[in-house]
Amino acid sequence: MDVQNWTYTIVGITFLIYIAIAIWAKAGSTKEFYVAGGGVPPVLNGMATAADWMSAASFISMAGLISFMGYDGSVYLMGWTGGYVLLALLLAPYLRKFGKFTVPDFVGDRYYSNAARTVAIICAIFVSFTYVAGQMRGVGVVFSRFLEVDINTGIIIGMCIVFFYAVLGGMKGITYTQVAQFCVLIFAYMVPAIFISMLIAGTPIPQIGFGSELVDGGGFLLDRLNGLHEELGFASYTDGSKPMIDVFFITFALMVGTAGLPHVIVRFFTVPKVRDARISAGWALIFISLLYTTAPAIAAFARYNLINTVSNQQYSELPSWFNTWEGTGLLAWADKNGDGAIQYVKGDPFVGKPAFTGETGELGQRLLSNEATVDNANELYIDRDIIVLANPEIAKLPAWVIALVAAGGLAAALSTAAGLLLVISTSIAHDLIKKQLNPNISEKSELLSARIAVAIAIVIAGYFGINPPGFVAQVVAFAFGLAAASFFPVIILGIFSKRMNKEGAIAGMLTGIIFTAAYIIYFKFVNPGMNKPEFWLFGISPEGIGTLGMLINFAVSFVVSRLTPAPPQEIQELVDSLRYPKGAGEASAH
Amino acid sequence: MEKGKLQAYWKTNLSYLIALLVVWFVVSFGFGILLVDQLNAIHVGGFKLGFWFAQQGSIYTFVVLIFVYVALMNRLDKKYDVRED
Repeated sequence: MDVQNWTYTIVGITFLIYIAIAIWAKAGSTKEFYVAGGGVPPVLNGMATAADWMSAASFISMAGLISFMGYDGSVYLMGWTGGYVLLALLLAPYLRKFGKFTVPDFVGDRYYSNAARTVAIICAIFVSFTYVAGQMRGVGVVFSRFLEVDINTGIIIGMCIVFFYAVLGGMKGITYTQVAQFCVLIFAYMVPAIFISMLIAGTPIPQIGFGSELVDGGGFLLDRLNGLHEELGFASYTDGSKPMIDVFFITFALMVGTAGLPHVIVRFFTVPKVRDARISAGWALIFISLLYTTAPAIAAFARYNLINTVSNQQYSELPSWFNTWEGTGLLAWADKNGDGAIQYVKGDPFVGKPAFTGETGELGQRLLSNEATVDNANELYIDRDIIVLANPEIAKLPAWVIALVAAGGLAAALSTAAGLLLVISTSIAHDLIKKQLNPNISEKSELLSARIAVAIAIVIAGYFGINPPGFVAQVVAFAFGLAAASFFPVIILGIFSKRMNKEGAIAGMLTGIIFTAAYIIYFKFVNPGMNKPEFWLFGISPEGIGTLGMLINFAVSFVVSRLTPAPPQEIQELVDSLRYPKGAGEASAH
Repeated sequence: MEKGKLQAYWKTNLSYLIALLVVWFVVSFGFGILLVDQLNAIHVGGFKLGFWFAQQGSIYTFVVLIFVYVALMNRLDKKYDVRED
């Protein structure tokens, strides 16, 4: 069988599994719909959390990013795992004890304020939509490359699948589907990594392989990579080039942002007990670290393979994957010096993204209309997303492995999209309609409005996937920065400080959000030309500014709360009750 | 349960948190970022140590930290009789 048929078969089978699970796990009550009835065993919950967390970005883009950034890519590795320590230690058990459905529920009740609840709802919806648009796009990319259907058709197929199991099963359906999706995605990620580690380093464990000696006797892989980088003018692979303060702040913002993301937090409402909430964070992190410790290995292997395959090679002698990926526009070659060979060194090969003229050159390469750069000799344009998707082809692995990667990418994108859509629908049906607009709504109508909200959210997300706003990549910084600067301090203080009152919380959230949003908007949208280290505050990039926003939030909350009256007695008792696991009760609406 | 006992439970919990978060900070922000250049002088196999902490070691430590916390708290819950049935 060829790659195409393998892909249809494997993707088809996985989709059938997801649908079968959805039918089996149909939700009958709002509680099942929002938090899967609060009865998911911790190990399965950990798996579902891992699938929910690992998005198309983790699966498709992260290893590629690290491959091009080297040490600097560590910000994602540490940032997107370290947050789980904060979750397990500082948030999950207490929020589980609190026993309601959503983060805005907690903020609204703990700070006895509908204004605070509203701010939290808006943040939750904004963060989730930002994310979900990116997932839909990921679905489209995988479909268009591997199934060779139009990118928009791919998105619509993805929408139908998610629609089916999110609307029908709610959190219950989503959770059990995500368990299946985790298995698919981790298998799809590990298999090529193990193959490549065997080929390059002679060990089946990629985590060890990328610190081993090369099979061909060229010394240690990382040393060889540093040598190649030096030859070609790139920054040393193991040292990176970002300023230390920026690495610090970005890592911190990603960690704290992770712990403040509503679709992650809601996961800990679905387990039966407080101690289950603690351990499910542990299971989630184990499952996540399988992928996150493999990613840097894939990054290093791919970097080595890529440089070896293309650098100073004649175009006519390149393997066929090069041509296939040129076809997607993610790879392009401009023969600036006319020698028919590929020069791959530091610098942009031409101005902007590749714009193909539609004609092919005498060697068969797609010709470009971009203006060539003259300050460097680089001739190669590579989109970082290629690394994971093309890795099996670059390493000449069998066709079924390539098909598996397609199914894995889809599993990652769909599982995250479904989790986010649920947060959006819960925010609307529960936080907004039930808690604010129509408190007398019946269980049945609330469930119906939650289903309608998911359906509408899927359509909007699909629209953004088909017509991606140019700023999807930029707004990811937003999502983490805002979560770090708003939710995290408010929740932490709500648990650990009895003295924290609504005045402090609202003032802190607002200053944190406004400061962070203003900084990001200024550098990303208003004045992108100034987005350089010399203009940044203390040398902190917009990606890392959420950390400073968080510190400001903490400081403002503290000062304001001390100048205003203490919270009412019953709130102080509520905080007390959060701290002791006994009598956690089930997740309930009231 | 009397108030003093619950306060002791909470205090012990806080001291666990502080100790574990110190480790959390040291392996990631300490070894992986602030001291990375110094640690990179040490080689373990083909890894520079600082680089290894940033891309591998910190993540393994995070996992261990959570499970240590779970074990400590399960014991503490029993000791103070606040464990759920």
